[in-house]
Amino acid sequence: MMNDMRYFVILKAAFRALRRNKLRTVLTMLGIIIGVGAVIAMVGIGNGAKAQVQSRIAALGQNVIMVFSGSVNRGGVYSGFGGAGTLTVDDALAMEKEVPGVSAVSPEVRSGAQIMAGNNNWSTSIMGEGVGYLTIRQWDIEDGMMFTDADVRAAAKVCVLGKTTADKLFPEDDPVGKTIRIKNVPMKVLGVLKAKGASMFGSDQDDTVIVPYTTGMKRFAGVTTLRSINVQAATAEQMAEVQNGIAELLRQRHRIQPGRDDDFMMRNQQEIAETMSATTEVMTALLAAIASVSLLVGGIGIMNIMLVSVTERTREIGIRMAVGARGRDILLQFLIEAVALSSTGGLLGILSGVGGAKLITMIKQWPTLVSPNSIIIAFAFSAAVGVFFGFYPARKASQLDPIDALRYE
Amino acid sequence: MNAVIRLHEIHKTYHTGEVDVHAVRGVTLDIAQGEFVALMGASGSGKSTMMNIIGCLDRPTQGKYSLDGIDVSQLDRDELADIRNQKIGFVFQGFNLLARTSALENVELPMLYTRRRLSGKSQRERALKALDTVGLADRADHKPNQLSGGQQQRVAIARALSNEPSLLLADEPTGNLDTRTSIDIMGVFQKLNDLGMTIVMVTHELDIAQYTKRMVVMRDGKVVGDTPVSNRFNAANELCRLQEEQKAALLNDE
Repeated sequence: MMNDMRYFVILKAAFRALRRNKLRTVLTMLGIIIGVGAVIAMVGIGNGAKAQVQSRIAALGQNVIMVFSGSVNRGGVYSGFGGAGTLTVDDALAMEKEVPGVSAVSPEVRSGAQIMAGNNNWSTSIMGEGVGYLTIRQWDIEDGMMFTDADVRAAAKVCVLGKTTADKLFPEDDPVGKTIRIKNVPMKVLGVLKAKGASMFGSDQDDTVIVPYTTGMKRFAGVTTLRSINVQAATAEQMAEVQNGIAELLRQRHRIQPGRDDDFMMRNQQEIAETMSATTEVMTALLAAIASVSLLVGGIGIMNIMLVSVTERTREIGIRMAVGARGRDILLQFLIEAVALSSTGGLLGILSGVGGAKLITMIKQWPTLVSPNSIIIAFAFSAAVGVFFGFYPARKASQLDPIDALRYE
Repeated sequence: MNAVIRLHEIHKTYHTGEVDVHAVRGVTLDIAQGEFVALMGASGSGKSTMMNIIGCLDRPTQGKYSLDGIDVSQLDRDELADIRNQKIGFVFQGFNLLARTSALENVELPMLYTRRRLSGKSQRERALKALDTVGLADRADHKPNQLSGGQQQRVAIARALSNEPSLLLADEPTGNLDTRTSIDIMGVFQKLNDLGMTIVMVTHELDIAQYTKRMVVMRDGKVVGDTPVSNRFNAANELCRLQEEQKAALLNDE
């Protein structure tokens, strides 16, 4: 019935009709341009935020479970997590030995201090960790080396510097082999870590000094218990098993009666990842929903202008019908015109959306990620808007009576 | 005789509000191949309704209408559109060309809606041939607003011819034209009729009807007169006479 040539002719006629009233066409298109542009830019922002969160979560390390000491209640006053001091070095060692699926364990204590090196000084956090810590966090040494098990056993006066701390204390020379003073204790710098950047909570992860946990407990924190224990499961599938194993072990070691609460708590990185991803996904969906409203408004604009166009061109419709156009031919003509309008707007909208996302990244330093998928979907959606909102006017045109249409002034 | 149009007891009633309007009350009429008929009558005589029915733009409420041997009185909207496309060429009083569209593309328009389509090239050839028939082959690229009224009506006639219809249906084709151009256009119709085209023309001007071969007069929805044209005008002669009259008038002025 119909061949390609005919579609081409109709398409040509559609673009001619659109060119006839340039200002009107551009204004109508603007609705779609803004709509599609907004959707693309907003989804780009959402995806950018999501990608950033994901990369930060990955930076936490893989398959990591953090075991915290529980809260303690003294006369109705609760300390925060880690305050109870229920986790011991022996707990950590037992985990490594007895819980199946555990690939690495690092006991952790924290304190803060003013650190001095020559004429420079810097206040930072001191993390007492096990040898396995860098493996668990997937953190690499940039220069020098990590301390050893022997250093841990001997509570040796050695440390590894985070990138920020290293830069502050040794702005010019190489810190490896130098000595720094923490609370007046001279500590030998064994290595410098690679930069890891900000954590997902915004703190600078490189602003730190890592010392053996034995050294940290004895010399700096002055404690005999641990703040937390970092545990790594061998595979993601073993996470739950390892978590259950740890709980069982600790309840047994801490002699907690069945039915009583744990005196420790666990967090794993998947939970954090899920929460954060869910947050950014909600944000993306919200942004896209708001942007879609403008696409809807654009669609209504198209319907409005197509209705005007059908009325204006009643006589043309009459002529076409008189020379043998079927209702379907007229329907198709106006539908193609509406789709040409909306998809041209869609194309321009994609350009402005991609440009807008780039601009936002430039001005506000927000990461944006415009995926090819969102471009394809946005374009298909704009064409669909044309079909949806163009259908009613086109149908109205196709149902005109040729005699009335020809007589229309 | 080979009838192109065969109307039998055609009735058309409009239901507007509470009153039924009987626009056509029993018209029976045969028009043969090669005829040139003027359909005449005052306004309200039912000639426009008759014209719409003959042109397959409207269906009779009662009666039978065969066009070129096909019973069209019971066809649906789409089938009527196809019949209009294949069998009928329309020429209107107001030319009804598509604005901002070249003469050639206007002439090609009916071919756009033909079910069995021609190639783009043969479409073009046909359209150019039709334009040549009305003497406008050299204006194919002109837009309607670049053409005079007479030229526009010629383009409209070419459009009506482009699908090689069995019937040319003209509705007051000279209504918007001056005397000279009117004679000119009637000349085109006479030429087409000489080539064998069947033409039905609605008009209320007697001197225009004089160019046809047969006059059908309607009143109150019925045919009240059906006579051959006795002293038929010839467009070429009339043009000469008009020119001489104008010359004489000029001489008289001097």
